[in-house]
Amino acid sequence: MEALSLSKLNKIYAGGVQALRDVDLVVDEGEFFGLLGPNGAGKSTIIGIISSLVRKTCGRVEVFGHPIDREPWQAKSLLGLVPQEFNFNTFETVSQIILNQAGFYGINRRTAHQRAERYLTELGLWSRRNSVSRTLSGGMKRRLMIARALIHHPRLLILDEPTAGVDIEVRRSMWDFLRRINAEGTTIIFSTHYLEEAESLCRNIAIIDQGQIIENTDVRSLLRKLTAQSFLLDIDGCLADVPKLEDFHVVPVDESCLEVEVRSDQSLNELFARLAERNVQVVSMKNKSNRLEELFVRMLERPPEAHRESAQVEKTV
Amino acid sequence: MRNSAVHPKYARQTLIALRTIAWKETHRYLRIWLQTLLPPAITMTLYFVIFGNLIGPRIGPMSGHTYIEFIVPGVIMMSVITNAYMNVVSSFFGAKFQRHIEEILVSPTPNYTILVGYLAGGVGRGLLTGLIVTLISMAFTQVPIQHPAITISVAFLTALLFSLGGFINGIFARKFDDIAIVPTFILTPLTYLGGVFYSIELLPGVWRELSLANPILYMVNAFRYGFLGESDIPIQTAYSIIIVFIIISVCFSLYLLRRGVGLRT
Ligand SMILES: Nc1ncnc2c1ncn2[C@@H]1O[C@H](COP(=O)(O)OP(=O)(O)OP(=O)(O)O)[C@@H](O)[C@H]1O
Ligand SMILES: [Mg+2]
Repeated sequence: MEALSLSKLNKIYAGGVQALRDVDLVVDEGEFFGLLGPNGAGKSTIIGIISSLVRKTCGRVEVFGHPIDREPWQAKSLLGLVPQEFNFNTFETVSQIILNQAGFYGINRRTAHQRAERYLTELGLWSRRNSVSRTLSGGMKRRLMIARALIHHPRLLILDEPTAGVDIEVRRSMWDFLRRINAEGTTIIFSTHYLEEAESLCRNIAIIDQGQIIENTDVRSLLRKLTAQSFLLDIDGCLADVPKLEDFHVVPVDESCLEVEVRSDQSLNELFARLAERNVQVVSMKNKSNRLEELFVRMLERPPEAHRESAQVEKTV
Repeated sequence: MRNSAVHPKYARQTLIALRTIAWKETHRYLRIWLQTLLPPAITMTLYFVIFGNLIGPRIGPMSGHTYIEFIVPGVIMMSVITNAYMNVVSSFFGAKFQRHIEEILVSPTPNYTILVGYLAGGVGRGLLTGLIVTLISMAFTQVPIQHPAITISVAFLTALLFSLGGFINGIFARKFDDIAIVPTFILTPLTYLGGVFYSIELLPGVWRELSLANPILYMVNAFRYGFLGESDIPIQTAYSIIIVFIIISVCFSLYLLRRGVGLRT
């Protein structure tokens, strides 16, 4: 079953900005789906349209087969939203916010209390339930919005940059929580700028740039498209001069660190063999940047025409 | 949404949503009673002291009643109007401004439920303030209530109409200044010129005719009729005018909500 289906979605804002151009996207039930793209790409616009906060110019949106214009009741009941910006009443307490949200979805008080306790506990906010929301820290506010979005047990949860400004420990616990919710059957779509997050959480991702989907594939095949990776090698001792390794492009970072580019047709064994021949001892090694990040940067460096071509190639393949 | 919302399957959920919004709105003005309920009590007490006790005896009787008796219904009505209006406009605009209106917009709550929920807050505060001012007036004079049903129904309908006005203003408002424009330039002048402090019988011909174009005049007079059994205009006309305005405002509010004016980009 398709949890979400967008077809020929277009959005032109009042000022004339074309935020989306013919966006087609299908997310299957049970997915953990990532929506990536640079600032201003159109991620929040897509999410806004799905959740009916932004009016589409044209196109079709279906949530579990329910078109949002003709069957909004069903579509909205199945959808939970964690927006990019904080949008709760800063004068209300955490539990008031959660219980009100339950009320808007027609959930009776008893059930609402039980669920509020469950989600606030799981998200580490139970002890702050009586705090006025404006007194929460940024990370707590994000978690409050996640608890709020789950109170009506949506089958599709959409999160717009849920981990922005959240420390690594909380981010990890948020990932665990979302993985658990996903394993229990909730389809998750989320946008992020942290590519290692997308790589570790998502099976499939779409990359959007200038209002167009330029990639829509699974993470593994996407990573296969990476034609080269750069590694940073820490060397034992100091290097007098940069070793010349045929076939490998080597750049010194400082006297005990080298940056080496390894193409996808080369192996790391070859690299180490060459280094050993020159008596260079490698102490540690790491990717210069996250692999997906590298791919992302390379893709977005291309001119927009190339994006369009690659999108078309994707479709015809 | 309109189709699904009337479906019995959703009726219970809609009712819970309505109760939630109405209670949230009521809780809001009760929580900040220092800003919502106390100021009208103080202002209206001053009206009674100054116009009723100090200046009133010099003015003499108006329409066959002492001056303070004459102004009590008008002053109560004035507080009902202002408070019903201000409650909805400030709460709804605040929700838009802080963006927590989105909590309701993303939920399946039908538009008419949103409207009724907000109106419940406005009508509640309008009537509660009216009651408080009525109680205060009793410390100054014993105004009879000749037709309680008329008094209550006119107060309710007026509170409803001005809550609707506040809602429409809230939808169009883009900044805080916008919520003060209507009360300052329309509401207050029309209320003061609506026969709160004088009978239009006192006005020269052309001004009397002009006054009849002021809808608030009808509300104040119908309300006064409920107390004193005395009105400058026919009571049926007053009811008809209020109800017609309410119907128009309800339709317009629902239309604006459906179009998402000021709410959805
Ligand atoms: N309300 C609006 N009115 C006019 N233009 C808008 C509005 N909201 C967004 N835009 C424009 O639409 C485009 C897409 O914006 P959007 O917020 O969807 O990007 P995004 O991918 O979510 O970016 P970010 O990663 O920075 O959140 C941008 O050019 C933005 O300026
Ligand atoms: Mg965004």
